[in-house]
Amino acid sequence: MEKKIRVLIAKPGLDGHDRGAKVVARALRDAGMEVIYMGLHQTPERIVEAAIQEDVDVIGLSLLSGAHMTLFPDVIELLEENDADDIIVLGGGIIPDKDVEGLKEKGVRMVFGPGTPTDEIVEYIEQNVKVAR
Amino acid sequence: MDLASRVLDGDRRAVARLMSKAENEAPGVKKILAELHNHIGNAHIIGITGPPGSGKSTLVDKLTLEYRKQGKTVGIIAVDPTSPFTGGALLGDRIRMNEIALDKEVFIRSMGTRGHLGGLAKKTGDLVKILDAFGKDIILVETVGAGQSEVEIVGTAYSTVIVEVPGLGDDIQAIKAGILEIGDIFVVNKSDLDGADETARELDAMLDMNSNNLDWRPPILQTRAKDGNGISQVADALNDHMVHMKETGILYKLVRARTKDELEEIISENIRSYIDGTHGEEELEELVDRIMDGELDPYNAAEIFLKPFTG
Repeated sequence: MEKKIRVLIAKPGLDGHDRGAKVVARALRDAGMEVIYMGLHQTPERIVEAAIQEDVDVIGLSLLSGAHMTLFPDVIELLEENDADDIIVLGGGIIPDKDVEGLKEKGVRMVFGPGTPTDEIVEYIEQNVKVAR
Repeated sequence: MDLASRVLDGDRRAVARLMSKAENEAPGVKKILAELHNHIGNAHIIGITGPPGSGKSTLVDKLTLEYRKQGKTVGIIAVDPTSPFTGGALLGDRIRMNEIALDKEVFIRSMGTRGHLGGLAKKTGDLVKILDAFGKDIILVETVGAGQSEVEIVGTAYSTVIVEVPGLGDDIQAIKAGILEIGDIFVVNKSDLDGADETARELDAMLDMNSNNLDWRPPILQTRAKDGNGISQVADALNDHMVHMKETGILYKLVRARTKDELEEIISENIRSYIDGTHGEEELEELVDRIMDGELDPYNAAEIFLKPFTG
């Protein structure tokens, strides 16, 4: 059987807006991927533990509270500690342009802001997971 | 270190990788599972099934907390449906398993059915084996939201829990064949809702009509899983059931029958891959030519093809 792309979608932090995360989860599902949906209020520890157990290729983090500059890098650091930094981390939500470069330097591979067509996210994941394998 | 040794050594990443390989039927995975074979057979495998929304994931979450209190380690496999149209799946059972998510003695894995019917995925059994070899004392397998015929769990678990909720139907639903026949323990969840006692009574009446399986009368328990109400009674009943299975020798018979099924399945898989392989394919083509030339009929051709197996 062909390997399926597995993606974890989680919302770290405290904001309660999961609409965007759900739309992306649904789009990835419709593109034939297996999406593990963790929902709201996740800690970096829980996200990384789930990513390891579920053997995902990609973690998609969505955040609208403004805490992305600490929570996203926390996830990356924990992945490194667990020898799991081959997992691609993507960010979404309300991320000011001025923060995007900083997040990329810290290891977030791509940031998709509001209004990104979901096709674009699907395409990015398909291409980059293929390269990583 | 190879993957099998890493699994036996307690490496969570290796467990997760091997599970993916098993699910994808990756080359070489059978050899690794063979290496693990001598390390399985120690876990209590428990199936949790019932209709969508009955509270299976919440029950799994709370049962796990109960087992952890008792010092037992737990593995969980949660199966959700794969879309028949896109092949994708949204696996959302983890949302309700937050309380146990950070416990290093708990391992949770979500699976899509990937086109398999019956309530489980095709390779759920392999993932159970991996958790067993990994050393988990208790393995909880949560099926997809089950209707009336998703009864495959009974071929994987040692004890099957049917989760019902009040108000889903009248007593005729309860005597229909299928899912209600496979329960070792019945749980009426959301017992604070109207009609819980009635549902329990109907289940009880149904069990009275059962003539087989006289030596184990499935208990009917009421829970409010969300608040943890009634959970320790479910764990006790599961323990009683396992003791009963061991003492009566039913467990041995069950495991033996499954071993036979599994062996048969592996053999037919191997024959299938022989047919699909290069050698098999060449011989097949040659036999087809001979049938087309009027030299052979398909029945005798099949016998010639199977000669290496039938001697």
